[in-house]
Amino acid sequence: MKILVSVKRVPDPYAKISPNASGTDINRDGLQMAVNPFDEIALEEAIRLKEAGKATEVVAVSIGSAEAQEQLRTALAMGADRAILVQTDDPLDAPSVAKILAAVYQREQPNLMLMGKQAIDMDENQVGQMLAAILDLPQATFASKITVENGTATVERETDNGIETVQVPLPAIITADLRLNEPRYVALTGIVRARSKPLETLTPADLGVQPRARVRLTQVEAPPARKAGKRVSDVHELVRLLREEARVI
Amino acid sequence: MKILVLAETDGGRVSEKSLPAIAFAQQKSPEAFTVLAIGDNLQCIETLTGYGAQAVLTVNHPALAKPLAERYAPVVAHYARQLGADAIVATTTTFSRDVLARVAGLLDAPMLSDIIALEQTDGKLVAKRPIYSANLIGTFEVEGSPVVMTVRGPAWGKPEPKGADSPVQTAEAPADIPTRSEWVRLQGGGGGRPDLTQARVVVSGGRPLKDPETFEKYIGGLADALGGAVGATRAAVDAGIAPNELQVGQTGKTVAPELYIAVAVSGSVQHLAGMKDSKVIVAINTDPEAPIFQVADYGLVADLYQVLPELTELLKNSKG
Ligand SMILES: Cc1cc2nc3c(=O)[nH]c(=O)nc-3n(C[C@H](O)[C@H](O)[C@H](O)COP(=O)(O)OP(=O)(O)OC[C@H]3O[C@@H](n4cnc5c(N)ncnc54)[C@H](O)[C@@H]3O)c2cc1C
Repeated sequence: MKILVSVKRVPDPYAKISPNASGTDINRDGLQMAVNPFDEIALEEAIRLKEAGKATEVVAVSIGSAEAQEQLRTALAMGADRAILVQTDDPLDAPSVAKILAAVYQREQPNLMLMGKQAIDMDENQVGQMLAAILDLPQATFASKITVENGTATVERETDNGIETVQVPLPAIITADLRLNEPRYVALTGIVRARSKPLETLTPADLGVQPRARVRLTQVEAPPARKAGKRVSDVHELVRLLREEARVI
Repeated sequence: MKILVLAETDGGRVSEKSLPAIAFAQQKSPEAFTVLAIGDNLQCIETLTGYGAQAVLTVNHPALAKPLAERYAPVVAHYARQLGADAIVATTTTFSRDVLARVAGLLDAPMLSDIIALEQTDGKLVAKRPIYSANLIGTFEVEGSPVVMTVRGPAWGKPEPKGADSPVQTAEAPADIPTRSEWVRLQGGGGGRPDLTQARVVVSGGRPLKDPETFEKYIGGLADALGGAVGATRAAVDAGIAPNELQVGQTGKTVAPELYIAVAVSGSVQHLAGMKDSKVIVAINTDPEAPIFQVADYGLVADLYQVLPELTELLKNSKG
């Protein structure tokens, strides 16, 4: 079984994010970048399936600028066998990303595609579902447990109503939620060793797709700040203020 | 703008979570919105009929008894085409994220997730939505039609009741519903407390609550004294202290109750993303430097084990 995993380059989840001077994007000066945490979890799951003897090859794919090679190197160091960068500096929206991934999928013909449920920059949570629609494949989103047996994946999904279990025949698209696993720590030796693993660079045109973004980010601003609150000295004062000042109880 | 609202259902009943999307449709297209509810032998349709929709379409079919995106998305796409919808909308939930992004894929439509504002200027749609864990608000321009959208519940609130009931129309399911995905079971949910996303009061607990019994005793106890719902941080959920569906934050639920009480919650950006639009925020934390105090209207620096029992008693006794 071959598994394809998508990997997005995003700001580190613990980095401080602020708008740039013109308010058109975030301030990227000195910003620490990382593999999207949800993609890292998807990748970890793929590698574990390989280690368990269920998968034979794990291919990581990223779409974006040349710098995304860094994240692909991390993916290789974690245990992916090879990597593909679809290099483009064009702005992309979720349907564009899904179309490019669909083309990579067609070229690679994996038995399973694993990806994060959302990227922590735009927080859209769209691409996996769109990709499943384009490829006419079953989908299992927000996975917190995946069991692969006899060509079928049994997936526990984190929904607003509780843990839902679904079964999908492979090939399918599965998107990872946070509790699926805890990604391994990548040792320096792994990153060095990963240098010899293949990393191929393509362009969207090589794949025969030239998608155009229809959703464009034009402005970035800080949300209205909350008014500074007060410290209370004990629960009696708290209850009194909630009743008399805030009037919420 | 012609709007098709997808109602939130679990296959068996219509949920009140559909209402913010109807409030959105009332504001953006009071004359031309239709509501679509999908399931099998659907109950509680009257949840949807009192708000001025042109029609409430119900599609009932045994293959649609459970909310599987692979089965629901083609039904939504079919009726979106038939109605010539310019926008396909639902309240942001795991149900709508799962189904509507697949609809966008089927229709090759652009999509906006979790929007908090929408304007139409020079034929262009301009939307605002939280990005980067709600650290920032992004403005997005969208071209093309239809546009698929999920709308952030707290930003749109409840629809206005309208005099006459909308007609309920039975609609056919398309012939070729794909049935490769199978629903197996749902665990959790319920518990008798109000729904987290709709409650007037939410009490949330963090990792220091130790174990499920302690969490239930202290956080559940305070929530019950206020008739509220219970929430949790990711750290508390990861530690097995609270069930997954109680997680509030970037990757959990978004809530905006009248009163949010955060107990032993540090106030990470990811947690704040899900609750900072609450009307009044109370923080109880031993660490005076905890970031949660920066968004709290009322902060109490104290050990939860010392103050929560007394607070719970005070609130119980003051009721009625
Ligand atoms: C991609 C990503 C997504 C995430 N999504 C979410 C999300 O959706 N929701 C979420 O909540 N988190 C999320 N997180 C995790 C988040 O970063 C924090 O780790 C988490 O919110 C911390 O939870 P906590 O406040 O319970 O725990 P801690 O950070 O351990 O804080 C515990 C707090 O309790 C206080 N305390 C300790 N003992 C007591 C006592 N006896 N009485 C009173 N106070 C006490 C401490 O001072 C501290 O402030 C996400 C992280 C990542 C990377």
